[in-house]
Amino acid sequence: MSTDVKVPPQQLPVTHVLAPEGVKLPIYMDNHATTPMDPRVLEEILPYFMEKFGNAASRNHSFGWIAEEGVETARERIAKLVGSTTKEIIFTSGATESDNLAIKGVAEMYREKGNHIITAVTEHKAVLDTCKRLEKYGYRVTYMPVQKDGLIDLDDLKRAMDDKTILVTIMAANNEIGVLQPVAEIGKLCRERGVIFHTDATQAVGKIPVDVNKLNIDVMSISGHKMYGPKGVGALYVRRKNPRVQVSAIIDGGGHERGMRSGTLNVPGIVGLGKACALAQEEMATESVRLAGLRERLRDRIMGKLDEVYINGSMEHRLPGNLNISFAYVEGESLLMGINDVAVSSGSACTSATLEPSYVLKALGTGDDLAHSSIRFGIGRFNTAAEVDYVADRVIETVERLRELSPLYEMAKEGINLKDVKWAGE
Amino acid sequence: MSYSDKVIDHYNNPRNVGSMDKSSNDVGTGLVGAPECGDVMKLQIRVNRDTNVIEEAKFKTFGCGSAIASSSLATEWVKGKTVDEALTIKNMDIVKELSLPPVKIHCSVLAEDAIRSAIADWKKKQETTKPVAVEAK
Ligand SMILES: Cc1ncc(COP(=O)(O)O)c(C=O)c1O
Ligand code: FES
Repeated sequence: MSTDVKVPPQQLPVTHVLAPEGVKLPIYMDNHATTPMDPRVLEEILPYFMEKFGNAASRNHSFGWIAEEGVETARERIAKLVGSTTKEIIFTSGATESDNLAIKGVAEMYREKGNHIITAVTEHKAVLDTCKRLEKYGYRVTYMPVQKDGLIDLDDLKRAMDDKTILVTIMAANNEIGVLQPVAEIGKLCRERGVIFHTDATQAVGKIPVDVNKLNIDVMSISGHKMYGPKGVGALYVRRKNPRVQVSAIIDGGGHERGMRSGTLNVPGIVGLGKACALAQEEMATESVRLAGLRERLRDRIMGKLDEVYINGSMEHRLPGNLNISFAYVEGESLLMGINDVAVSSGSACTSATLEPSYVLKALGTGDDLAHSSIRFGIGRFNTAAEVDYVADRVIETVERLRELSPLYEMAKEGINLKDVKWAGE
Repeated sequence: MSYSDKVIDHYNNPRNVGSMDKSSNDVGTGLVGAPECGDVMKLQIRVNRDTNVIEEAKFKTFGCGSAIASSSLATEWVKGKTVDEALTIKNMDIVKELSLPPVKIHCSVLAEDAIRSAIADWKKKQETTKPVAVEAK
């Protein structure tokens, strides 16, 4: 389900039932993987490919100044959305780079102070694999478990911290289950102990209020394409005051972005990210209510018709547009195949190139069987109630059909405890 | 990844879905799990005792589209074959027929295993008189 290891979505001919009035097929409901760009963002970006093509670092002519002005407007818009100052925003190529810069940059800068980093097992690979690499260079990393609802236990965190801890990196919102970590509390614990707190807020910024001061965040990753902006552009917030945080560069060169990230700025991308932030700022309050409503509508419709359907992760601490459910006795990839005019994703082993079920769901203690049966719905800005109803009905119909085909469903109905079964071939 | 037309056809119109009485003496049941991805396939055959011909075959599968298609195809192929002929069906024949990509080869292995396991169960029943429950302790 994390976008990295999965086989791309199925390209099946759409052979199915006619869509109801106002519903255009296929339906995109995988907004944690990426979001479509908002047309208002595109409109803002377009001039920066042609007439405003200048290099933002060109100081001696108007072409450069115009590009720089676009970049600085974007920086203001991002800063405003997250409650920071403009000097605290550094542009990158996306959240993967932001995570790398944050973690490697802090690790290198504070090496004298300590070598211990704390993260959680449900983080995105951009964080986990960066931490793994640092282990090779002599850093010690604690991968904290999560509770059944997907949240970390703050007492675990306290216990994990020692006098060598330099960095805690815990995501704001999970990309598979949408679960929101107690960022403010984590930040407070870190602040009290003089430990730097980085949060991967890729899925959170623009969806829920994120204020770096209220939440005690020191370093934060942001990505454009998860919030209706363009792909290949992101930002890193790095706190300048109370406390001042420094990160070593991982890309060396012309010294752009105050030396922290060299490379000619992706002006159109940055302008787009800025516009996406401005739109989120204006619309988040109403949009999040609408998305949560659609999510509840989807959940109620599915759960009203199907039994043995399980929600993965906390419903209380969750992104408004996320629903991750397991349909017992039905394998996820075959379910995706049945709803081929709807784009969603699954944590099933069969959909992954490595044949491993989702590590996030496993971390919640979800058995392999239910991880296998999981579907992630990511409802976004352009989804409608009619689409939600259509998706729910397709899911219900397909699950019912596949359960009739499932030996596990049959055995469960016969009262056989599946945990006691010894499979031939195992 | 895109599926072949044949996989899609078997997925949309699976052949021979269902169950037969597993305690019946002329029914052989194979219930196999794929250690690779945790999927499960049940394949049953009803064999004519005089001719050793498989007269009926049924399946149920918990698995990906390729696993469903492999088992559906397996039931089609074993029907009308003698037990010994059915044992010559190889997973690579299924791979070829359904144009399965390399990551899905193990799904066809599961189908071959299910055929073998069903036949073994049937053979065992012919040796002993008492019915054997296969899947549960
Ligand atoms: C939580 C999280 N972190 C990081 C990333 C990587 O973001 P990007 O695609 O901008 O590199 C993603 C997107 O897959 C994500 O969901
Ligand atoms: S049965 Fe799991 S990949 Fe085919």
